[in-house]
Order: sequence, then C-alpha cells, then structure tokens
Amino acid sequence: MSWTRDEMAARAARELQDGFYVNLGIGIPTLVANHIPEGVEVTLQSENGMLGIGPFPFEGEEDADLINAGKQTISELPNTAYFSSADSFAMIRGGHIDLTVLGAMEVAENGDIANWMIPGKMIKGMGGAMDLVAGVKKIIVVMEHSSKNGDPKFIPACTLPLTGKNVVDMIITDIAVFQRPDHDSPFKLIEMAPGITAEDVKARTTAHYIL
Amino acid sequence: MKKLYPDAAAALEGLLFDGMHVCAGGFGLCGIPERLIDAIRDAGTKDLTIASNNAGIDGEGLGKLLRTRQVKKMIASYVGENKEFERQYLAGELEVEFCPQGTLAERCRAGGAGIPGFYTKTGVGTQVAEGKEVKNFDGQDYILERGIFADLAIVKAWKADESGNLIFRKTARNFNQPMATAAKICVAEVEEVVPVGSLDPDGIHLPGVYVKRMIIGAPYDKKIEFRTVRQKEVAA
Repeated sequence: MSWTRDEMAARAARELQDGFYVNLGIGIPTLVANHIPEGVEVTLQSENGMLGIGPFPFEGEEDADLINAGKQTISELPNTAYFSSADSFAMIRGGHIDLTVLGAMEVAENGDIANWMIPGKMIKGMGGAMDLVAGVKKIIVVMEHSSKNGDPKFIPACTLPLTGKNVVDMIITDIAVFQRPDHDSPFKLIEMAPGITAEDVKARTTAHYIL
Repeated sequence: MKKLYPDAAAALEGLLFDGMHVCAGGFGLCGIPERLIDAIRDAGTKDLTIASNNAGIDGEGLGKLLRTRQVKKMIASYVGENKEFERQYLAGELEVEFCPQGTLAERCRAGGAGIPGFYTKTGVGTQVAEGKEVKNFDGQDYILERGIFADLAIVKAWKADESGNLIFRKTARNFNQPMATAAKICVAEVEEVVPVGSLDPDGIHLPGVYVKRMIIGAPYDKKIEFRTVRQKEVAA
C-alpha cells in the first residue's frame, strides 16, 4: 500500500516545529498546511510578499490584491505582514525561513534537485525555487517515487537541468522516506509505507542510500 | 512640480523609444501597471527588453505587448499560463532570460541602489550560473549577478499623495517596490491620489523621490488568475 497525497503531506507536516517559518510549494506541498500538528504554531510565507497566509477566503470575499505564489486567492491572519519581493527573497536567501517543502521531477543521491525544466518541452521557468533551495535551512522534497512512465525519480545523478546542487535534506515519496543529517552524508531509508518492504524500495530505486 | 498627469499616454510622452529597457512591476496579474502597458501598446514602441517576474497571460498584462510583437526580450522567472509567449519562444522570435525570482528582485533592488553587481548562492551549479563569475566566501560558492537599471519603470500602487509618496495594497506590492527604484524614470499608476499631509509619513512604502510621473488608473477591474474559496460553515 502506498501513501496517498494527503498522507505524504501529513508526513511532511511532522517535520514542522513550533515557531517555524515555512514556505510551501505548489501541489502536494500546499496540502501540508492542512496537517499542522496540534500545539505547533507555524507561520507560512508566500514568496510574492507575505508572512502569515490564511485559508482560502469565503465566497464573495476574494481580493485580487491578496494571492499566494500559486496566484490563488487567500486570506490574511491577525499576524500577517506584507512586504516587497526584494524583502521576501532577502528573508529566504538570508536563511531566515526554517523549512520549505517542494515537489521535484528528480532528486539525486548527492542531494541535487531538478524541478524546473524539461529541455524542449517545459519552459515555464524556475520562479522562486532556486532561491528557496539555496537559502532555506531545511529542504524537504515530496514527490511520487516513480514517474508516470514508471521510471525512478530518486536516482544516482539528475538528468534534467538542476534547480540546486546538494541541497535536499529529506525525501518523502508515496512509498518511503529518506533523510540525511548533513550535506556530506548519504541518504538513509528511515520509513516505509504500510506493506512496503525495504526490498520493494530497493527494487524501485536506482539511487544509492543506506539502511 | 506637478507629478500627476491626465492619462497614461500623457505620462509616457517623451519617454518611449524603440529598443528601450523597461522594468514592469506585478506578480502574475496582481498589481500590474495595466494602464501604462496599454499606453505602450498604443504607442507602438518596438524591440522592448522587459524585466518582469511574469509575462502576463494571453491577452492580459504584458501578454498584450507580446501579441503585438513589441517585445524583443523578456527577463522573467516564470512564464507559464501564456501560450503566445510559448509559441514565440519556441519559434525563436522572442529572446528569454530566465532569472530566479529572488535574484530578479535583488537585481532591481541593487540596480536602483547604485550597486552594479552582487554575489548570491542562488543558482550555483545550475544553468543560471553559466558564464558568471564564481567566488568562494567562507567555504561557500556564490555567483556574480548584475544589477538592473532600466530606461523606464512602470508600476502600480494603491494610494499616492500629490508628491508621489506611494502605498501599495497587500500582495500587490510584490515587484512594484524594487522595480520603481530600478530605472532612470518611474511612472506609477495608482487607484487614488490624496492631498499631501493625508498619508502617515511612517507608513509610506515608496518615497516620492523615485516617482517622477503618475496617473490615476481607476476604476480597475482587477483580474484573478485562480479563484479559490471555502464554504461558510452552516450551523447544524
């Protein structure tokens, strides 16, 4: 049995600590906000210039001047602060954001991540992803273990253009969790989805990791 | 000196020329200087190099200048949701420089502050670093990025006083604030101009020194790219 998108988000949410300032990427990472553990207070950052992201607004209360980095309408909280894009990335690049959760197309065993471009195919741009992986203290990748074609995504070396070099700290897929204590150490398999064995993970992974 | 002009065409008079470099504020369709974009389209200025986080969407924002083929080069971080952009780019008709979002913001902040370049770890070891100087500080590699200082900045704010002090609203501040500083001249469009003395001097987001000309662009029909809402809980 593999984990659902919500279960992957819930697993990532267990890494949140009281007082953390956190940036969540688009897709499964956004779901992390629904699983913040009881008693843990986190402040969500939106890189278009906001700390303290509230829930989606009630119907009729949408405000075109109040959106998240995915350009969705959101609401503000009592502790919300607004600032410019320059200030926003100053706090990201300056190491003031504790954690970011983002998706990826590929992660390499050395911590490289590729998630912004498929040459000749996808040309949307990197947005704030390169700044986030370079500047945030802890980088968690949440992604399916295999691509739609069934190819492994946690691999020996990235084949796609990189978003960041040796930056990933933790990988949460639909079947397993890998972690490393620092950027000089290999990833270690630390958890598996119910019914998934270490053998299953090995069979579906080409990256080297430790047990 | 009166900074308020009757309309966008008047505010841009004498400032536009073919091949010029423009900084355009906004994030997606949030806080974009739409009246000034329309006026540049109507003026027909060509071969523009535009620094903007996004390139609008089809037929909205900078998408209008793409449609009329007035843009030679875009410097942007994210250009999804724009088919005409994609078509021109893949056909080799449009030059694109992808720039990480934070690096773009800092390039404008730095350029506007008289800083021609700065080192950042964003993009180290990626395509973005190609051809750029790498320098090691305290064991960490950084790449040299250049400041941006354009011929013209076009921005959108919420309120201005008659002296050009600006206040932005919520997340519509985004790139408008740094980009307003990153050009020889900044033209701002605002929703409302109030008499000097009516804004709290402690609450000014952008001092009037940066704003040379402005217009009232209201009424605005602000577009939302992705309308997301939640339902009110109904009492059982």
